[in-house]
Amino acid sequence: MNKAEQALRELHEMDALAAGASPVHALCPLAKFFATIAYIVVVVSFGKYDLAGLVPMVLWPVLLFTVSGIPVSTCFRKLRFVLPLVMAVGLFNPLFDRAPYLTLGGVTVSCGVISMLTLMGKGTFCLMASFLLMATTRIDALCAALRRLRVPGMLLTLLLLTYRYVGVMTEEVAIMTDAYKLRAPGQKGVHYTAWGSFLGQLLLRSMDRAEELYAAMRLRGFHDHFHYAEAAPCTAEDAAYLVICIAVFLLLRFVDVAALLGSLFVR
Amino acid sequence: MHMADALLAPAVAATMYAASATVAGVSIHQLKKDDEPQKLPTMAVTSALVFAGQMINYTIPGTGSSGHMCGGMLLSALLGPQAGFLSMIVILTIQCLFFADGGLMALGANIWNMAFYGCFVGYYLIWRPIMQGKSGMNERVRIILASILGCVLTLQLGAFSVVLETTLSGITELPFGAFVALMQPIHLAIGLIEGVVTAAVLVFVYEARPELLRDVKPSGAAKRSLKATIVILAVVAAVVGGGLSLLASSNPDGLEWALFGNEDAGYSANMGLDEEDFGVSSSAADTAAAIQESTSFLPDYAFADSDSAAGTTVSGLVGSAMVAGVAVLICFAGGFFRKKKAA
Repeated sequence: MNKAEQALRELHEMDALAAGASPVHALCPLAKFFATIAYIVVVVSFGKYDLAGLVPMVLWPVLLFTVSGIPVSTCFRKLRFVLPLVMAVGLFNPLFDRAPYLTLGGVTVSCGVISMLTLMGKGTFCLMASFLLMATTRIDALCAALRRLRVPGMLLTLLLLTYRYVGVMTEEVAIMTDAYKLRAPGQKGVHYTAWGSFLGQLLLRSMDRAEELYAAMRLRGFHDHFHYAEAAPCTAEDAAYLVICIAVFLLLRFVDVAALLGSLFVR
Repeated sequence: MHMADALLAPAVAATMYAASATVAGVSIHQLKKDDEPQKLPTMAVTSALVFAGQMINYTIPGTGSSGHMCGGMLLSALLGPQAGFLSMIVILTIQCLFFADGGLMALGANIWNMAFYGCFVGYYLIWRPIMQGKSGMNERVRIILASILGCVLTLQLGAFSVVLETTLSGITELPFGAFVALMQPIHLAIGLIEGVVTAAVLVFVYEARPELLRDVKPSGAAKRSLKATIVILAVVAAVVGGGLSLLASSNPDGLEWALFGNEDAGYSANMGLDEEDFGVSSSAADTAAAIQESTSFLPDYAFADSDSAAGTTVSGLVGSAMVAGVAVLICFAGGFFRKKKAA
C-alpha cells in the first residue's frame, strides 16, 4: 500500500468513525470542541516534572473511548506523526538535566528522564483528545459550529471544498504512483527526470477541473459560501457536559489525585 | 516540522494563534477586495493537490533517499501570497484534524512556521523580486533560482521559529545554540531538495501554461522562449558541430568501432572487416558511391584532399546548417501537402 492509499484509508476511516452513533457523537460539536481545547490547555500547563499530576488526565480520553466505542488502536497508529519531533526534543533532556529526581530500589531516576516522560505523555494525551473530537464529529458539523463562532465563512468553505477534493486528488495520486511503480519496478520514488511532469500534469488537469467545477457550482446557484443546514442548538445536556469537563480538568490540575490515591495505600 | 501540542506552552500557542489569525484576516480582506470569486474552487483543488502531492516520494539521485515538494512556495507562485496562505491554513488544518500531523493547540504556530514564511516571505522577498528583476535571466532560470532560494529561506525561518517557540515554552533542556545547530542544517538539506522538486513542477507548469504563474509574463515569455530556443539550438548545433566534431576524426563512433575496431588504439579488429572494402558489391552501389564522391565537397568531414582540423570543424558547421535547411524544407513540404489535402 503506497502512502497515498494509506492516507486515503485513514481519511475514510475517520469519516466512518464520525458517522457512528453514541452519546459522545450526539453531543453538540461546539461543546466537544471547547472541551477538547480546555483539555489540551490543561494538559500542556502541567509542569515539566509533574508526571504524577499528569497521569490522571488519561482518565478523560479513556472514558470517551469507552463510551463512544472508538478503537484506541486507530488513534495510536497516528502517534507516528506526533512522536518523532516530541522525542527529538525530549530525548536530550536526560543528557542535559541529570539532577536526581527520585530513587527507586537503588536506581536513581534523573529529572531529565521525568521531563522526557512528561513531554511524551503530554504529546500522547493531546493527540488522543483531538483524535476523539474528529472521530466523533463530522467535518460539516464542526464547520457549522465554527461558523457560529464567527470564523470567516471563506475559510470554512475553503476547508470543506478542500476536504472534498483531498479524497479525489489523493486517489488520483495513489493510482498514478501505482502505475509508475509498475513501470519502474525496484525504484524507490519518482525518478528526477519525471519530477516536474509527474505532479505538473495532475496540477494542470486539476486547475482546469477547478474552473469547470466553479462554473458548475455557479449554475447551481453557488454564491461564494455554503448554506449550512440548521445546526442542532446546544442543549442543557451539552452545556452540562462542557461545565463538568472543565470542572474535572481543573480539579485534576490543581488537586494531586495520584498522590491522594497513593496515600491511601502508602504511609 | 509539524509541532505537537506538547512542545508549546499555552501562552506561546495563543500568541502564535493571534499572529496567524491576524494575517489570515488581512488575507481574507485582501481577497474580498480583489473580488476573485472563481479563486475559491481553484484554491480548494490546488490545496488538495498540494496535500496529495506530499504523498509522492521523489528519488534523490545518488542517495537512495527521497524528498517532497514545498507547498508554500508552489501555492504562492500559483495563487499569490494571500490565497496561498489561506490554502496552506486549510492543508495544515486537515493534516492536524484527520492525520494528527501537528497539534490542535499548536496549529497557530504551525501556520506561522510553514504557511506565513512559505507564502509571504517566500513570495515578497524571493519570488517576486527574482521574477520581476531586470537581470535578463531566462525565465526558467529565474523560476529555478526563486524556488530553491525560497524553499531554503522559508524552511530555515520555519525551523528557527520551531526552536524559538520550543525554547520560549521551556520544553527542552537542550541549549538554544545547540538546538539551532541541530535544526538548521537538517532543514537546509531538506530546503534544497524541496526547492529542486518545487522548481521542477513550476518549470513544467511554465512550459505548458505560463499564464498560471504569478509575475511571469506569459506572452512575452512565450515569444522570447521561441527566439531563445532557436538561438540556443543554433549555438548548441555550432558547438556540437564545430567544436565536438574535432574529436570525430580521431575517435570512431560506436558502430564504426564495432565493425572495424581500432587496432592503432589497441583494439583487435572486431568483425574482421576492411573499412575500405566491405558491404555488398553491386553496380547500383558503385554508382551511388560515385555520385557521393562527386557531390561531397567535404569528403569524410574534411576539405577534400586535406587532413586539417579546420576542415573537420567547417564540415561540422556546414552539416548542421544543411540539416537545419532540410528540416525547414520538410516542414514547408508538410504544410504544403496538408493545405493541398484540405483544399
